[in-house]
Amino acid sequence: MNDTIDLRFAKRRRPGEEGIKSLLLLCALLSIFTTAGIIMVLGRETWGFFREVPVFSFLFGLNWTPLLEPRSYGVLPLLGGTTMIVVGSALIALPVGLGSAIFLSEYAGERTRSIVKPILEILAGVPTVVYGYFALTTVTPVLRSILPQTNIFNAASASVVVGIMILPMVASLCDDALRAVPTSLRQAGHALGATRLEVSTQVVVPGALSGVLASFVLAASRAFGETMAVTLAAGATPNLTANPLESIQTMTAYIVQVSLGDTPAGGVEYKTIFAVGSLLFVITLGMNILANRILKRYQEVYE
Amino acid sequence: MSEGSWRSIANLGKRHKIARWAQLGFAALTWLGVVLLAILLLRVAKQGISWLDLQFLTNFPSRFPEKAGILSALAGTLWLIGLTGAISVPVGVAAAVYLEEFSRPGRLKTFIEINIANLAGVPSIVYGLLGLAVFVRGLALGRSVLAGALTMSLLILPVIIIASREAIKAVPQSLRQGAMALGATRWQTVRHHVIPSALPGMLTGVILALSRAIGETAPLIMIGALTYIAFTPNGPMDDFTALPIQIFNWTSRPQKDFHSLAAAGIILLLIVLLIMNAAAVYIRYRTQRTRR
Repeated sequence: MNDTIDLRFAKRRRPGEEGIKSLLLLCALLSIFTTAGIIMVLGRETWGFFREVPVFSFLFGLNWTPLLEPRSYGVLPLLGGTTMIVVGSALIALPVGLGSAIFLSEYAGERTRSIVKPILEILAGVPTVVYGYFALTTVTPVLRSILPQTNIFNAASASVVVGIMILPMVASLCDDALRAVPTSLRQAGHALGATRLEVSTQVVVPGALSGVLASFVLAASRAFGETMAVTLAAGATPNLTANPLESIQTMTAYIVQVSLGDTPAGGVEYKTIFAVGSLLFVITLGMNILANRILKRYQEVYE
Repeated sequence: MSEGSWRSIANLGKRHKIARWAQLGFAALTWLGVVLLAILLLRVAKQGISWLDLQFLTNFPSRFPEKAGILSALAGTLWLIGLTGAISVPVGVAAAVYLEEFSRPGRLKTFIEINIANLAGVPSIVYGLLGLAVFVRGLALGRSVLAGALTMSLLILPVIIIASREAIKAVPQSLRQGAMALGATRWQTVRHHVIPSALPGMLTGVILALSRAIGETAPLIMIGALTYIAFTPNGPMDDFTALPIQIFNWTSRPQKDFHSLAAAGIILLLIVLLIMNAAAVYIRYRTQRTRR
Protein backbone atom coordinates (compact mmCIF):
# COMPACT_ATOMS: atom_id res chain seq x y z
CA MET A 1 0.00 0.00 0.00
CA ASN A 2 2.67 2.43 1.07
CA ASP A 3 4.74 1.42 -1.90
CA THR A 4 2.18 2.54 -4.45
CA ILE A 5 1.72 5.91 -2.79
CA ASP A 6 5.48 6.45 -2.80
CA LEU A 7 5.70 5.51 -6.42
CA ARG A 8 2.94 7.89 -7.43
CA PHE A 9 4.63 10.62 -5.45
CA ALA A 10 7.88 10.02 -7.27
CA LYS A 11 6.19 10.02 -10.66
CA ARG A 12 4.25 13.19 -10.01
CA ARG A 13 4.67 15.56 -12.90
CA ARG A 14 6.55 18.71 -12.05
CA PRO A 15 6.09 21.23 -14.84
CA GLY A 16 8.59 23.66 -13.30
CA GLU A 17 11.22 20.99 -13.02
CA GLU A 18 10.65 19.88 -16.61
CA GLY A 19 10.74 23.48 -17.85
CA ILE A 20 14.05 24.14 -16.17
CA LYS A 21 15.45 20.95 -17.59
CA SER A 22 14.46 22.00 -21.11
CA LEU A 23 16.03 25.41 -20.56
CA LEU A 24 19.28 23.83 -19.44
CA LEU A 25 19.18 21.47 -22.41
CA LEU A 26 18.75 24.45 -24.70
CA CYS A 27 21.92 26.02 -23.32
CA ALA A 28 23.79 22.77 -23.85
CA LEU A 29 22.46 22.53 -27.40
CA LEU A 30 23.91 25.98 -28.12
CA SER A 31 27.25 24.31 -28.79
CA ILE A 32 25.65 22.29 -31.57
CA PHE A 33 24.00 25.43 -32.96
CA THR A 34 27.38 27.19 -32.89
CA THR A 35 29.03 24.41 -34.87
CA ALA A 36 26.11 24.36 -37.28
CA GLY A 37 26.32 28.16 -37.56
CA ILE A 38 30.01 28.08 -38.38
CA ILE A 39 29.52 25.39 -41.01
CA MET A 40 26.50 27.13 -42.56
CA VAL A 41 28.06 30.59 -42.68
CA LEU A 42 31.37 29.35 -44.07
CA GLY A 43 29.61 26.95 -46.42
CA ARG A 44 27.20 29.50 -47.85
CA GLU A 45 29.77 32.21 -48.62
CA THR A 46 32.30 29.67 -49.86
CA TRP A 47 29.66 28.19 -52.18
CA GLY A 48 29.05 31.67 -53.55
CA PHE A 49 32.78 32.15 -53.97
CA PHE A 50 33.17 28.90 -55.91
CA ARG A 51 30.40 29.93 -58.30
CA GLU A 52 32.69 32.73 -59.43
CA VAL A 53 36.07 31.09 -58.99
CA PRO A 54 36.70 27.44 -59.94
CA VAL A 55 37.66 25.21 -57.01
CA PHE A 56 40.73 23.96 -58.85
CA SER A 57 42.22 27.40 -59.46
CA PHE A 58 41.58 28.31 -55.80
CA LEU A 59 43.26 25.24 -54.34
CA PHE A 60 46.15 24.94 -56.78
CA GLY A 61 46.66 28.46 -58.13
CA LEU A 62 50.09 29.97 -57.54
CA ASN A 63 49.05 33.63 -57.36
CA TRP A 64 46.94 35.35 -54.71
CA THR A 65 45.97 38.86 -55.81
CA PRO A 66 42.24 39.14 -55.06
CA LEU A 67 42.41 42.87 -54.29
CA LEU A 68 44.47 43.98 -57.31
CA GLU A 69 44.14 43.69 -61.06
CA PRO A 70 44.74 41.23 -62.63
CA ARG A 71 42.81 39.31 -59.99
CA SER A 72 43.96 35.83 -59.19
CA TYR A 73 42.63 33.51 -56.52
CA GLY A 74 45.26 30.82 -56.00
CA VAL A 75 45.44 30.12 -52.28
CA LEU A 76 48.80 28.32 -52.31
CA PRO A 77 50.88 31.40 -51.42
CA LEU A 78 48.74 31.91 -48.29
CA LEU A 79 48.85 28.22 -47.46
CA GLY A 80 52.61 28.24 -48.01
CA GLY A 81 53.00 31.25 -45.71
CA THR A 82 50.96 29.60 -42.98
CA THR A 83 52.86 26.33 -43.40
CA MET A 84 56.14 28.16 -43.04
CA ILE A 85 55.01 29.69 -39.75
CA VAL A 86 53.76 26.31 -38.50
CA VAL A 87 57.02 24.54 -39.40
CA GLY A 88 59.19 27.35 -38.06
CA SER A 89 57.33 27.61 -34.76
CA ALA A 90 57.28 23.81 -34.40
CA LEU A 91 61.08 23.71 -34.84
CA ILE A 92 61.29 25.89 -31.74
CA ALA A 93 58.35 24.78 -29.63
CA LEU A 94 58.48 21.00 -30.05
CA PRO A 95 62.07 20.31 -28.92
CA VAL A 96 62.04 22.98 -26.23
CA GLY A 97 58.58 21.95 -25.04
CA LEU A 98 59.39 18.25 -24.90
CA GLY A 99 62.74 18.99 -23.22
CA SER A 100 61.01 21.14 -20.59
CA ALA A 101 58.42 18.43 -20.06
CA ILE A 102 61.12 15.78 -19.56
CA PHE A 103 62.85 18.06 -17.09
CA LEU A 104 59.63 18.87 -15.22
CA SER A 105 58.41 15.29 -15.01
CA GLU A 106 61.70 13.33 -14.68
CA TYR A 107 64.18 15.63 -12.99
CA ALA A 108 62.58 18.59 -11.25
CA GLY A 109 61.51 18.46 -7.63
CA GLU A 110 58.17 19.74 -6.37
CA ARG A 111 59.68 23.14 -5.58
CA THR A 112 61.04 23.73 -9.09
CA ARG A 113 57.74 22.56 -10.57
CA SER A 114 55.81 24.95 -8.38
CA ILE A 115 57.92 27.82 -9.77
CA VAL A 116 58.13 26.83 -13.43
CA LYS A 117 54.54 25.67 -13.98
CA PRO A 118 52.87 29.00 -13.09
CA ILE A 119 55.41 30.86 -15.22
CA LEU A 120 54.52 28.66 -18.19
CA GLU A 121 50.85 29.39 -17.46
CA ILE A 122 51.55 33.13 -17.55
CA LEU A 123 53.41 32.67 -20.82
CA ALA A 124 50.35 30.87 -22.19
CA GLY A 125 48.04 33.65 -20.97
CA VAL A 126 49.86 36.56 -22.63
CA PRO A 127 47.57 37.92 -25.38
CA THR A 128 48.75 37.17 -28.89
CA VAL A 129 48.86 40.83 -29.88
CA VAL A 130 51.58 41.28 -27.25
CA TYR A 131 53.64 38.62 -29.01
CA GLY A 132 53.15 40.57 -32.22
CA TYR A 133 54.58 43.66 -30.53
CA PHE A 134 57.45 41.55 -29.18
CA ALA A 135 58.21 40.21 -32.67
CA LEU A 136 58.27 43.63 -34.32
CA THR A 137 60.16 45.55 -31.64
CA THR A 138 62.57 42.90 -30.37
CA VAL A 139 62.91 39.74 -32.45
CA THR A 140 63.00 41.42 -35.87
CA PRO A 141 65.72 43.97 -34.91
CA VAL A 142 67.84 41.15 -33.46
CA LEU A 143 67.40 39.11 -36.65
CA ARG A 144 68.27 42.09 -38.81
CA SER A 145 71.43 42.80 -36.84
CA ILE A 146 72.58 39.21 -37.46
CA LEU A 147 71.30 38.87 -41.06
CA PRO A 148 71.07 42.35 -42.57
CA GLN A 149 69.19 41.16 -45.66
CA THR A 150 66.16 40.35 -43.47
CA ASN A 151 62.97 42.14 -44.45
CA ILE A 152 61.26 44.28 -41.78
CA PHE A 153 58.32 41.90 -42.05
CA ASN A 154 59.50 38.31 -42.20
CA ALA A 155 58.36 34.80 -41.51
CA ALA A 156 61.28 33.97 -39.23
CA SER A 157 60.43 36.58 -36.62
CA ALA A 158 56.77 35.56 -36.59
CA SER A 159 57.77 31.88 -36.33
CA VAL A 160 59.93 32.62 -33.30
CA VAL A 161 57.15 34.34 -31.36
CA VAL A 162 54.50 31.81 -32.40
CA GLY A 163 56.96 29.15 -31.21
CA ILE A 164 57.22 30.89 -27.84
CA MET A 165 53.46 31.14 -27.76
CA ILE A 166 52.72 27.44 -28.29
CA LEU A 167 55.66 26.32 -26.16
CA PRO A 168 53.70 26.28 -22.86
CA MET A 169 50.99 24.17 -24.47
CA VAL A 170 53.51 21.54 -25.67
CA ALA A 171 55.34 21.56 -22.33
CA SER A 172 52.22 21.20 -20.23
CA LEU A 173 50.51 18.51 -22.38
CA CYS A 174 53.75 16.49 -22.69
CA ASP A 175 54.33 16.84 -18.95
CA ASP A 176 50.88 15.39 -18.27
CA ALA A 177 51.56 12.52 -20.68
CA LEU A 178 54.98 11.72 -19.21
CA ARG A 179 53.68 11.79 -15.66
CA ALA A 180 50.98 9.30 -16.58
CA VAL A 181 53.68 6.67 -17.25
CA PRO A 182 53.80 4.48 -14.14
CA THR A 183 56.82 4.67 -11.85
CA SER A 184 57.25 0.90 -12.01
CA LEU A 185 58.43 1.20 -15.63
CA ARG A 186 61.08 3.71 -14.59
CA GLN A 187 62.14 1.49 -11.72
CA ALA A 188 62.46 -1.45 -14.08
CA GLY A 189 64.69 0.64 -16.33
CA HIS A 190 66.87 1.72 -13.45
CA ALA A 191 67.06 -1.87 -12.19
CA LEU A 192 68.49 -2.88 -15.57
CA GLY A 193 71.21 -0.31 -15.04
CA ALA A 194 69.95 2.48 -17.29
CA THR A 195 70.88 6.05 -16.47
CA ARG A 196 68.17 8.62 -15.86
CA LEU A 197 68.59 9.95 -19.40
CA GLU A 198 68.24 6.47 -20.86
CA VAL A 199 65.13 5.82 -18.80
CA SER A 200 63.66 9.15 -19.89
CA THR A 201 64.34 8.80 -23.60
CA GLN A 202 64.00 5.04 -24.02
CA VAL A 203 61.28 4.14 -21.52
CA VAL A 204 59.22 7.17 -20.47
CA VAL A 205 58.95 9.08 -23.75
CA PRO A 206 58.11 5.97 -25.82
CA GLY A 207 55.63 5.00 -23.12
CA ALA A 208 53.91 8.36 -23.46
CA LEU A 209 54.31 8.60 -27.22
CA SER A 210 50.61 8.98 -28.00
CA GLY A 211 50.29 11.94 -25.64
CA VAL A 212 53.47 13.54 -26.90
CA LEU A 213 52.49 13.22 -30.56
CA ALA A 214 48.97 14.46 -29.88
CA SER A 215 50.37 17.52 -28.13
CA PHE A 216 52.58 18.20 -31.16
CA VAL A 217 49.60 18.05 -33.52
CA LEU A 218 47.46 20.26 -31.24
CA ALA A 219 50.26 22.81 -31.00
CA ALA A 220 50.65 22.84 -34.78
CA SER A 221 46.93 23.40 -35.10
CA ARG A 222 47.16 26.39 -32.72
CA ALA A 223 50.02 27.82 -34.79
CA PHE A 224 47.96 27.28 -37.94
CA GLY A 225 45.10 29.43 -36.70
CA GLU A 226 47.26 32.03 -34.97
CA THR A 227 46.40 35.49 -36.19
CA MET A 228 47.66 38.63 -34.50
CA ALA A 229 51.37 37.88 -34.15
CA VAL A 230 51.68 36.77 -37.78
CA THR A 231 49.63 39.72 -39.04
CA LEU A 232 51.92 42.15 -37.28
CA ALA A 233 55.26 40.46 -37.88
CA ALA A 234 55.10 38.35 -41.04
CA GLY A 235 53.79 40.97 -43.43
CA ALA A 236 51.06 41.26 -46.04
CA THR A 237 52.68 40.03 -49.24
CA PRO A 238 51.32 36.69 -50.44
CA ASN A 239 54.54 35.11 -51.52
CA LEU A 240 55.26 31.51 -52.37
CA THR A 241 58.78 31.31 -51.01
CA ALA A 242 60.94 29.09 -48.86
CA ASN A 243 63.02 31.96 -47.55
CA PRO A 244 61.97 32.78 -43.97
CA LEU A 245 63.64 36.18 -44.13
CA GLU A 246 61.16 37.45 -46.71
CA SER A 247 57.79 39.02 -46.11
CA ILE A 248 54.88 36.61 -46.55
CA GLN A 249 51.18 36.50 -45.75
CA THR A 250 49.33 33.81 -43.86
CA MET A 251 45.70 32.82 -44.35
CA THR A 252 44.70 34.47 -41.08
CA ALA A 253 46.62 37.65 -41.88
CA TYR A 254 44.80 37.93 -45.19
CA ILE A 255 41.42 37.69 -43.47
CA VAL A 256 42.46 40.46 -41.09
CA GLN A 257 43.79 42.62 -43.92
CA VAL A 258 40.48 42.48 -45.78
CA SER A 259 38.35 43.12 -42.71
CA LEU A 260 40.45 46.15 -41.74
CA GLY A 261 39.43 47.77 -45.01
CA ASP A 262 35.90 48.63 -46.01
CA THR A 263 34.81 45.63 -48.00
CA PRO A 264 31.17 45.67 -49.01
CA ALA A 265 29.21 42.50 -48.30
CA GLY A 266 28.39 40.38 -51.33
CA GLY A 267 31.48 41.19 -53.41
CA VAL A 268 34.08 38.60 -54.33
CA GLU A 269 36.57 40.17 -51.88
CA TYR A 270 34.08 39.63 -49.08
CA LYS A 271 33.59 36.02 -50.10
CA THR A 272 37.33 35.33 -50.30
CA ILE A 273 37.72 35.69 -46.54
CA PHE A 274 35.07 33.03 -46.00
CA ALA A 275 36.69 30.72 -48.56
CA VAL A 276 40.06 31.14 -46.85
CA GLY A 277 38.31 30.78 -43.47
CA SER A 278 36.71 27.52 -44.59
CA LEU A 279 40.07 26.11 -45.58
CA LEU A 280 41.49 27.20 -42.22
CA PHE A 281 38.56 25.66 -40.36
CA VAL A 282 38.75 22.35 -42.23
CA ILE A 283 42.50 22.00 -41.75
CA THR A 284 42.52 22.87 -38.02
CA LEU A 285 39.51 20.64 -37.42
CA GLY A 286 41.30 17.83 -39.24
CA MET A 287 44.39 18.33 -37.08
CA ASN A 288 42.35 18.32 -33.87
CA ILE A 289 40.56 15.14 -34.91
CA LEU A 290 43.92 13.60 -35.84
CA ALA A 291 45.28 14.46 -32.37
CA ASN A 292 42.30 12.74 -30.77
CA ARG A 293 42.75 9.67 -32.98
CA ILE A 294 46.41 9.42 -32.02
CA LEU A 295 45.48 9.66 -28.34
CA LYS A 296 42.84 6.95 -28.60
CA ARG A 297 44.51 4.60 -31.03
CA TYR A 298 48.04 4.49 -29.70
CA GLN A 299 47.26 5.02 -26.08
CA GLU A 300 49.19 2.71 -23.79
CA VAL A 301 46.77 1.65 -21.10
CA TYR A 302 48.43 1.39 -17.73
CA GLU A 303 46.56 -0.27 -14.95
CA MET B 1 74.01 -8.53 -28.82
CA SER B 2 76.40 -6.72 -31.12
CA GLU B 3 79.85 -5.65 -30.07
CA GLY B 4 78.87 -1.98 -30.19
CA SER B 5 76.09 -2.23 -27.67
CA TRP B 6 78.28 -4.29 -25.32
CA ARG B 7 80.82 -1.53 -25.42
CA SER B 8 78.15 1.11 -24.72
CA ILE B 9 76.85 -0.84 -21.75
CA ALA B 10 80.32 -1.36 -20.39
CA ASN B 11 81.27 2.29 -20.75
CA LEU B 12 79.41 3.36 -17.66
CA GLY B 13 81.44 6.48 -16.96
CA LYS B 14 80.73 7.93 -20.37
CA ARG B 15 77.02 7.14 -20.11
CA HIS B 16 76.75 8.89 -16.80
CA LYS B 17 78.63 11.86 -18.16
CA ILE B 18 76.18 12.10 -21.07
CA ALA B 19 73.27 11.80 -18.66
CA ARG B 20 74.61 14.67 -16.52
CA TRP B 21 75.02 16.94 -19.54
CA ALA B 22 71.53 16.01 -20.72
CA GLN B 23 70.10 16.98 -17.35
CA LEU B 24 71.73 20.39 -17.68
CA GLY B 25 70.36 20.65 -21.21
CA PHE B 26 66.79 19.84 -20.15
CA ALA B 27 67.02 22.33 -17.29
CA ALA B 28 68.32 25.00 -19.66
CA LEU B 29 65.43 24.39 -22.09
CA THR B 30 62.96 24.72 -19.22
CA TRP B 31 64.40 27.95 -17.90
CA LEU B 32 64.49 29.32 -21.45
CA GLY B 33 60.73 29.90 -21.18
CA VAL B 34 61.22 31.81 -17.96
CA VAL B 35 64.01 33.92 -19.46
CA LEU B 36 61.91 34.71 -22.54
CA LEU B 37 59.04 35.88 -20.35
CA ALA B 38 61.44 38.08 -18.39
CA ILE B 39 62.86 39.61 -21.59
CA LEU B 40 59.35 40.24 -22.91
CA LEU B 41 58.19 41.96 -19.73
CA LEU B 42 61.37 44.00 -19.33
CA ARG B 43 61.20 45.11 -22.94
CA VAL B 44 57.58 46.25 -22.59
CA ALA B 45 58.23 47.94 -19.27
CA LYS B 46 61.29 49.80 -20.53
CA GLN B 47 59.55 51.16 -23.59
CA GLY B 48 56.16 51.87 -22.10
CA ILE B 49 56.40 52.80 -18.45
CA SER B 50 57.27 56.49 -18.99
CA TRP B 51 54.22 56.88 -21.27
CA LEU B 52 51.85 55.42 -18.74
CA ASP B 53 50.47 58.48 -16.95
CA LEU B 54 47.15 60.03 -16.06
CA GLN B 55 46.91 61.78 -19.41
CA PHE B 56 47.33 58.43 -21.18
CA LEU B 57 44.44 57.00 -19.19
CA THR B 58 42.07 59.93 -19.72
CA ASN B 59 42.74 60.93 -23.34
CA PHE B 60 41.26 59.58 -26.53
CA PRO B 61 43.40 58.20 -29.39
CA SER B 62 45.10 60.84 -31.47
CA ARG B 63 47.31 61.27 -34.51
CA PHE B 64 49.84 62.92 -32.22
CA PRO B 65 51.47 60.32 -29.99
CA GLU B 66 52.13 62.76 -27.15
CA LYS B 67 48.41 63.54 -26.92
CA ALA B 68 47.11 60.04 -27.49
CA GLY B 69 45.36 58.13 -24.74
CA ILE B 70 43.55 54.89 -24.21
CA LEU B 71 40.32 55.91 -22.48
CA SER B 72 37.95 54.74 -25.22
CA ALA B 73 39.73 51.38 -25.53
CA LEU B 74 39.71 50.82 -21.78
CA ALA B 75 36.02 51.71 -21.56
CA GLY B 76 35.29 49.50 -24.57
CA THR B 77 37.08 46.54 -23.00
CA LEU B 78 35.17 46.98 -19.72
CA TRP B 79 31.85 47.13 -21.60
CA LEU B 80 32.79 44.16 -23.72
CA ILE B 81 33.84 41.99 -20.77
CA GLY B 82 30.82 42.98 -18.71
CA LEU B 83 28.40 42.05 -21.48
CA THR B 84 30.34 38.91 -22.44
CA GLY B 85 30.26 37.76 -18.84
CA ALA B 86 26.54 38.52 -18.52
CA ILE B 87 25.82 36.41 -21.63
CA SER B 88 28.30 33.57 -21.43
CA VAL B 89 28.35 32.78 -17.72
CA PRO B 90 24.65 31.89 -17.25
CA VAL B 91 24.54 29.96 -20.52
CA GLY B 92 27.83 28.17 -19.89
CA VAL B 93 26.96 27.21 -16.32
CA ALA B 94 23.49 26.04 -17.42
CA ALA B 95 25.03 23.85 -20.12
CA ALA B 96 27.49 22.40 -17.63
CA VAL B 97 24.70 21.74 -15.11
CA TYR B 98 22.67 19.99 -17.78
CA LEU B 99 25.56 17.78 -18.86
CA GLU B 100 26.59 16.86 -15.32
CA GLU B 101 23.29 16.66 -13.46
CA PHE B 102 20.44 16.07 -15.88
CA SER B 103 21.64 14.32 -19.00
CA ARG B 104 21.68 10.58 -19.38
CA PRO B 105 24.54 8.87 -21.16
CA GLY B 106 23.60 8.46 -24.79
CA ARG B 107 24.09 9.71 -28.30
CA LEU B 108 22.88 13.25 -27.61
CA LYS B 109 25.25 13.73 -24.68
CA THR B 110 28.21 12.32 -26.62
CA PHE B 111 27.37 14.53 -29.58
CA ILE B 112 27.22 17.66 -27.42
CA GLU B 113 30.50 16.74 -25.75
CA ILE B 114 32.26 16.18 -29.09
CA ASN B 115 30.92 19.52 -30.28
CA ILE B 116 32.22 21.36 -27.24
CA ALA B 117 35.64 19.72 -27.54
CA ASN B 118 35.88 20.61 -31.22
CA LEU B 119 34.69 24.18 -30.69
CA ALA B 120 37.45 24.68 -28.13
CA GLY B 121 39.96 24.03 -30.93
CA VAL B 122 38.44 26.31 -33.57
CA PRO B 123 40.73 29.30 -34.30
CA SER B 124 39.36 32.54 -32.86
CA ILE B 125 39.33 34.23 -36.25
CA VAL B 126 36.71 31.72 -37.45
CA TYR B 127 34.45 32.91 -34.62
CA GLY B 128 35.10 36.38 -35.99
CA LEU B 129 33.78 35.29 -39.39
CA LEU B 130 30.73 33.76 -37.70
CA GLY B 131 30.10 36.95 -35.73
CA LEU B 132 30.51 39.07 -38.85
CA ALA B 133 27.97 37.04 -40.84
CA VAL B 134 25.45 36.33 -38.08
CA PHE B 135 25.54 39.20 -35.58
CA VAL B 136 26.91 42.17 -37.53
CA ARG B 137 25.09 41.51 -40.82
CA GLY B 138 22.44 38.84 -40.18
CA LEU B 139 20.92 40.32 -37.02
CA ALA B 140 22.00 43.81 -38.12
CA LEU B 141 23.61 44.64 -34.81
CA GLY B 142 26.33 46.55 -36.64
CA ARG B 143 29.76 47.07 -35.16
CA SER B 144 28.28 47.35 -31.68
CA VAL B 145 29.54 46.23 -28.30
CA LEU B 146 26.68 43.75 -28.25
CA ALA B 147 27.80 42.10 -31.51
CA GLY B 148 31.32 41.89 -30.06
CA ALA B 149 30.08 40.46 -26.76
CA LEU B 150 27.95 37.81 -28.48
CA THR B 151 30.90 36.74 -30.63
CA MET B 152 33.21 36.61 -27.61
CA SER B 153 30.59 34.65 -25.66
CA LEU B 154 30.49 31.92 -28.31
CA LEU B 155 34.28 31.89 -28.29
CA ILE B 156 34.70 31.35 -24.54
CA LEU B 157 31.61 29.18 -23.94
CA PRO B 158 33.53 25.90 -24.41
CA VAL B 159 36.10 27.03 -21.84
CA ILE B 160 33.41 28.03 -19.33
CA ILE B 161 31.48 24.78 -19.85
CA ILE B 162 34.57 22.60 -19.44
CA ALA B 163 35.70 24.47 -16.30
CA SER B 164 32.22 24.47 -14.75
CA ARG B 165 31.83 20.75 -15.38
CA GLU B 166 35.08 20.10 -13.56
CA ALA B 167 33.85 22.17 -10.63
CA ILE B 168 30.50 20.33 -10.55
CA LYS B 169 32.24 16.96 -10.76
CA ALA B 170 34.25 17.86 -7.66
CA VAL B 171 31.07 18.22 -5.55
CA PRO B 172 30.82 15.11 -3.37
CA GLN B 173 28.03 12.70 -4.28
CA SER B 174 26.94 12.51 -0.63
CA LEU B 175 25.72 16.11 -0.81
CA ARG B 176 23.32 15.24 -3.63
CA GLN B 177 22.17 12.08 -1.92
CA GLY B 178 21.53 13.98 1.31
CA ALA B 179 19.34 16.54 -0.42
CA MET B 180 17.47 13.89 -2.41
CA ALA B 181 16.89 11.83 0.72
CA LEU B 182 15.15 14.82 2.24
CA GLY B 183 12.81 14.94 -0.74
CA ALA B 184 14.40 17.67 -2.80
CA THR B 185 13.85 17.47 -6.53
CA ARG B 186 16.84 17.32 -8.83
CA TRP B 187 16.68 21.03 -9.60
CA GLN B 188 16.30 21.93 -5.93
CA THR B 189 19.34 19.80 -5.17
CA VAL B 190 21.30 21.51 -7.91
CA ARG B 191 20.20 25.00 -7.01
CA HIS B 192 20.62 24.89 -3.28
CA HIS B 193 23.51 22.47 -2.88
CA VAL B 194 25.49 21.60 -6.00
CA ILE B 195 25.86 25.09 -7.47
CA PRO B 196 26.76 26.85 -4.20
CA SER B 197 29.30 24.16 -3.47
CA ALA B 198 30.79 24.29 -6.97
CA LEU B 199 30.70 28.09 -7.13
CA PRO B 200 34.34 28.86 -6.24
CA GLY B 201 35.61 26.39 -8.82
CA MET B 202 33.24 27.79 -11.42
CA LEU B 203 34.30 31.35 -10.62
CA THR B 204 37.94 30.48 -11.12
CA GLY B 205 37.17 28.98 -14.52
CA VAL B 206 34.93 31.88 -15.50
CA ILE B 207 37.55 34.47 -14.61
CA LEU B 208 40.21 32.63 -16.59
CA ALA B 209 37.85 32.37 -19.58
CA LEU B 210 37.02 36.08 -19.41
CA SER B 211 40.68 36.98 -19.17
CA ARG B 212 41.15 35.05 -22.40
CA ALA B 213 38.41 37.16 -23.96
CA ILE B 214 40.12 40.37 -22.83
CA GLY B 215 43.24 39.52 -24.80
CA GLU B 216 41.48 38.31 -27.95
CA THR B 217 41.97 40.61 -30.88
CA ALA B 218 41.24 38.79 -34.11
CA PRO B 219 37.46 38.23 -33.71
CA LEU B 220 36.97 41.89 -32.76
CA ILE B 221 38.83 43.07 -35.84
CA MET B 222 36.66 40.73 -37.91
CA ILE B 223 33.43 42.17 -36.62
CA GLY B 224 34.80 45.62 -37.33
CA ALA B 225 35.55 47.08 -33.93
CA LEU B 226 37.09 50.39 -34.91
CA THR B 227 40.47 51.71 -33.90
CA TYR B 228 39.68 55.40 -33.95
CA ILE B 229 36.89 56.05 -31.48
CA ALA B 230 36.83 59.33 -29.63
CA PHE B 231 34.05 58.49 -27.22
CA THR B 232 33.22 55.90 -24.61
CA PRO B 233 30.27 53.58 -25.29
CA ASN B 234 27.02 54.59 -23.58
CA GLY B 235 25.00 51.52 -24.42
CA PRO B 236 25.29 48.05 -25.90
CA MET B 237 24.49 49.30 -29.40
CA ASP B 238 27.35 51.83 -29.57
CA ASP B 239 30.49 51.41 -31.66
CA PHE B 240 33.53 50.56 -29.63
CA THR B 241 37.21 49.76 -29.61
CA ALA B 242 39.14 47.61 -27.14
CA LEU B 243 42.59 47.49 -25.54
CA PRO B 244 44.12 44.79 -27.78
CA ILE B 245 42.79 46.50 -30.92
CA GLN B 246 44.31 49.82 -29.88
CA ILE B 247 47.60 48.03 -29.13
CA PHE B 248 47.46 46.32 -32.53
CA ASN B 249 46.85 49.64 -34.24
CA TRP B 250 49.71 51.41 -32.48
CA THR B 251 52.11 48.50 -33.01
CA SER B 252 51.35 48.37 -36.73
CA ARG B 253 52.46 51.98 -37.23
CA PRO B 254 56.09 52.56 -38.20
CA GLN B 255 56.81 55.47 -35.81
CA LYS B 256 58.66 54.62 -32.62
CA ASP B 257 56.49 56.84 -30.42
CA PHE B 258 53.45 54.78 -31.33
CA HIS B 259 55.34 51.64 -30.34
CA SER B 260 55.90 53.24 -26.95
CA LEU B 261 52.18 53.94 -26.73
CA ALA B 262 51.57 50.29 -27.61
CA ALA B 263 53.93 49.26 -24.82
CA ALA B 264 52.05 51.47 -22.36
CA GLY B 265 48.80 49.90 -23.56
CA ILE B 266 50.28 46.43 -23.09
CA ILE B 267 51.28 47.28 -19.52
CA LEU B 268 47.70 48.36 -18.84
CA LEU B 269 46.32 45.19 -20.48
CA LEU B 270 48.68 42.98 -18.48
CA ILE B 271 47.71 44.79 -15.26
CA VAL B 272 44.02 44.09 -15.95
CA LEU B 273 44.85 40.43 -16.66
CA LEU B 274 47.03 40.22 -13.56
CA ILE B 275 44.22 41.54 -11.35
CA MET B 276 41.79 38.98 -12.77
CA ASN B 277 44.22 36.09 -12.42
CA ALA B 278 45.09 37.15 -8.88
CA ALA B 279 41.38 37.07 -8.08
CA ALA B 280 41.11 33.56 -9.51
CA VAL B 281 44.13 32.33 -7.55
CA TYR B 282 42.80 33.97 -4.37
CA ILE B 283 39.41 32.27 -4.73
CA ARG B 284 41.08 28.90 -5.34
CA TYR B 285 43.33 29.41 -2.32
CA ARG B 286 40.47 30.39 0.00
CA THR B 287 38.28 27.44 -0.92
CA GLN B 288 41.18 25.04 -0.50
CA ARG B 289 41.61 26.37 3.04
CA THR B 290 37.96 26.23 4.01
CA ARG B 291 37.51 22.74 2.57
CA ARG B 292 40.25 21.40 4.79
